[in-house]
Formats: sequence, C-alpha cells, structure tokens
Amino acid sequence: MDIIIEGIKQAFILLFSLDPEVLGITWLSLKVSGTATLISLLFGVSVGTVVALTQFPGRRIVVSLINTGMGLPPVVVGLFVTIFLWRNGPLGFMEILYTPAAIIIAQAVIATPIVMGISLAAIQNLPANLRLQILALGATRLQMVWILVKEARLPLLAAIMAGFGGVISEVGASIMVGGNIKGYTRVLTTATVMETSKGNFDIAMALGIILLLLAFFVNAVLTHIQQTERPR
Amino acid sequence: MRPDKIILEVKNLQVKRGGVSVLDISCLGVPEGKVLCLIGPNGAGKSSLLLALSCLLKSFQGEIIFRGKRIGSNYTVFEYRRNLAMVFQEPLLFDTTVFENVAAGLKIRSVKQDEVKRVVEEYLERFGIGHLANRSARKLSGGEAQRTSLARAFAIRPEIIFLDEPFSSLDPPTRESLMGDLELILRETKTTGIMATHDQMEALRLSDQIAVMNEGKIVQIGSPVEVMNHPVDEFIASFVGTETILAGRVIRRNAGTFSVSVAGRDIEAVGGAMPGESVILCIRPENVTVATGSSKEISSARNVFSGVVKKIIPSGAFYKVELDCGFPLVAYVTNHAREDLFMHEGMDLTASFKATAIHVIRKKLLTSSNG
Repeated sequence: MDIIIEGIKQAFILLFSLDPEVLGITWLSLKVSGTATLISLLFGVSVGTVVALTQFPGRRIVVSLINTGMGLPPVVVGLFVTIFLWRNGPLGFMEILYTPAAIIIAQAVIATPIVMGISLAAIQNLPANLRLQILALGATRLQMVWILVKEARLPLLAAIMAGFGGVISEVGASIMVGGNIKGYTRVLTTATVMETSKGNFDIAMALGIILLLLAFFVNAVLTHIQQTERPR
Repeated sequence: MRPDKIILEVKNLQVKRGGVSVLDISCLGVPEGKVLCLIGPNGAGKSSLLLALSCLLKSFQGEIIFRGKRIGSNYTVFEYRRNLAMVFQEPLLFDTTVFENVAAGLKIRSVKQDEVKRVVEEYLERFGIGHLANRSARKLSGGEAQRTSLARAFAIRPEIIFLDEPFSSLDPPTRESLMGDLELILRETKTTGIMATHDQMEALRLSDQIAVMNEGKIVQIGSPVEVMNHPVDEFIASFVGTETILAGRVIRRNAGTFSVSVAGRDIEAVGGAMPGESVILCIRPENVTVATGSSKEISSARNVFSGVVKKIIPSGAFYKVELDCGFPLVAYVTNHAREDLFMHEGMDLTASFKATAIHVIRKKLLTSSNG
C-alpha cells in the first residue's frame, strides 16, 4: 500500500515541479502521436470515403481488410516497420530507424485503418438518397463528397479520437522502431515500461498519470467540439 | 388552343435491374409550366422514372431531351442538372440550420452572399418557415422539415421540379396545408412539375396531366378528368377508385344506348358497342344513389336494381355500401343518409345509376389498339 501512496505523492511532485525530462517526454509523445494521427486522417478519411461511395469488384474484400486492420497488433506493425527501415531493408537508405520519424510511421500505420474503418462506416450510414439529393441540387462530384464529409463530421471526430487514442497508448511498435533512446525517442509509454521494469514505481506512476491526463484532455477537447457545434 | 411547348422529352427509355426491365417508356413529353403526376401502385416504376428523368440513375438506355438539347451528347448531365430540383419522400436535410439548408443549392452555385440571403428569406417566407431560419434542421417536425426541403428546391429557381411522394409521410392536416402552398407556388412560378404519388386525390388536385404507371410502363396518360372517368382498362379503373367493374356482353342496341347482360341483369349504357361484343362497365361509387323501397318512380335513372346490403364500411367522410344486386355494386352514402335510411347489413335497398354515368371499356377495341 505504501508503494502506491508514495508513488502518487512522487508523481504529483514530478508533475508540478515541471521536471524538464518529464516535460520533454510528454511533448514528444504529443508531437509524435499527433503527427501520426494527422497522417492517418489524410489517408484514412480519403480512402474510407472513396470505398464508401464506389462500387467495384472485390469491394467486400477491401472492406473486410480495412476492418481487420482496425485491430492490427502494434508489435506486428513494429516488426514490419523495423524490417523495412533496417540498414539492409527496402527503406534502409533513409536511415530513420530509431528516430521519432520511425515512430510516426509505425503509429500512422496503426491509426490509418482505424480512421479508415470508422470513416467508411460513417459515410455509408448516411441516407442512401442523400447523395442523389446533393447531386440534384447541382453539386459537382467534389462538392458532393465535401458535403457528405461535413454531414458525417460527428462520427469522423470519433474516428480522430479513436485513432489518437490508439497510438498515444501504444507501446510495442514505439519501443521497437524508436528504441526508447533517452531525450530522443523516449515517449510516455516506453518510459513507463522502462521505469516499471527498473522498479521506479513512483516515476512510472507519474508518467502513467500524465498519459491518462493527456488522453483525457485531447478527447475532452474533441468531445467538446463534437457536442457543442450543433446549432440550437 | 396552341399546343404547349414541350420542355422535357423522353424516347425509348429503358432501365434494367439485374436483367429485369423496371422501366420501359417509349415516348413521353412534358409540357412547359404544367404539372404531370405519375400515379400507380408501389413498384410501378414511378421513382425510377423520376430518377431517370433527372439523370440520377447510373445506367439507362434511351434519349432524354431538355429544351431540344439531347442530354449526354453536346449537353452534359451536369449542365442539365443545374436546371432542376428534386424533393424526396424523406426531407434529406443537412445537419445545419434551416437557413443554411435552403441556401445549399445557391451556395453550390457560388451565388453572392447578399443575393443568397435575399432569395433564401423570400422562400422561407413563401413556405411559412421564416421563424425557423436559425433552428437546427434536426429539431423540426415532419411538416416543417418537408417545407424546408421544398424551399431548398424552389430557392434555386429550377425549370423543372421532381417530387417523389413528397407528402407520403405527413399526417393529413399537414399534408393538406403543404399541398396548398405547393400548388400556389407551382402556379405562381410556372415551374414545370413532375410528381410521383400513389394518392389519386393528390394527383387530381395538383396535376394538369396524369400518367398511370404499372409494371414500368405508362399505361394511360391524359387529363385528370379523362383518366378518372375514362380509364382505358380494368387495372386503371380499379386504381383510380372505380369500385364497381363489371364484365358483360352487349345483347341489344337501342337509340344511342345499348343493353349489356351482366349476370342475367340488363344494364343500359351509352355508346356504340355492337351486340355480341364483350365490354367492361365501370361505375364510380359517387354516381350510384340508393333508396329504400322498390318503386321505380324514385329515380329518373335508366338503371334501377333492387339489392341487399352486404357490408357498410366507413370511408372518410362517406360510408361505402357494398350491395348485391345479382352483381356486386358499390355506392357512397353520407352519414346523414345512412342514419335516415336506418341502413344495416342484410337490408333491401334500391340502387340506381344513370346510363351516362357508366364508363364502357370495349375489349375488342382494347386488343386492337394494343396489338
């Protein structure tokens, strides 16, 4: 019991003393996972929308592949990204293994199918005649897609939350492709794993609390946008 | 009278779904500024025809010609669509304010902001929803939502407006008031309208022309009076509310009239049918009068039959009385008349209808015109 109380006490001291190392780790986590989420949005929303709006042979297989991808194990992603970025690997010339860029790539790969799957479902759930109604209003195809995305904005915000939530809390891929290098690729999750294994429960707990607060804060902001932007 | 200018023309329109023909229209012309109603049962192809006419169907064969320009050749589908508007059974509003919904078509056309404001306010007012301008479209009643949808369609000032059962999901009073507003705006703006409905009363009220559809084909087209009173076959007769449809054989020609034997009774009708010919007699229930007793003096009508009341069914403002006169006959009576006559099932009544009130479908003519 002492361990927990002492841990919480230490955690708050670390939090409020604005420890530079802890701040650095937090900032890196936010930067890496935020960038990865943005990239996943770019690919996820566009591909998800296109798949939702078009009919082509093999569409069902594509949809089930995307849905399977939503549950992609981070360690498997970590493994493949490592292989690709390895010195002799296909992308080895880029020399980005064990850099923040590598973590961004791995996290984007994890988040993209999540965003894609939710976008696909969101666009598909709009009334079938809505597309016809928009076209009948004189819209070009591009205008139609834009209006549909706007109509599906609430579930699309959920897609952002799910994507970001998935990568900020992910540890397997980050540690494999980032290497948990102090002051360079150490993020909240990898630091928590390391401190726990070293027995530094107080620091680990502080990092864990920051992680929770961060996830809560980002989701609170998105939820606020989602729930209040509707006109009365 | 000068023939109306044709704004939209269709030639050899064919739509197949899964190898089955769902639409087969050899020729249809819509006069400018008039309202055409498509009526028919569910699955008759009304909605498919509307979608085909507005070029919203993915694949179809045939020509659609708008103001003499064939769509698809030197006139693109996109250019064509900018001249029309569509209102569906569901309002299909966007998740924003009523104002923004009505403005949608104008914003798509990049109309200037002050012009958008002016036009939107005008149409909000016309449809009586000015007070709802800043309300969320998600918080509207069914009637308000459909008004918004109609205002959005009219705000782009279309040359043709397509309406796919726009009132079907509304309650009767709401439907009534909205139909009145729509009628007024269609007439004022002289917009050409094509409306699908399965309600013959809606069609009667709004249309200049009625096209009856069945199994993907237009089976009859004409003025409301023509279609209601002179249906060309039994299907249309039953669909437009002709309750009594009797098959018989002409037995005798008189001066200007002829007698038809139906189940052993003679019915007199007007027309030029020849003895021996098979005919179908259509009698609308509002043209049949009933009375108690059996005296012939009660009516000047040629056809007077005594019968037994089989069933009395409340039907809106009237009661529908099914009689057995040796052949089935349906009449409408008011509640007042029903009480006055102490009408009840099993009671004897005298029914009468004029020879001129019978619409005769001549089978021989039918087969020759179809073949």
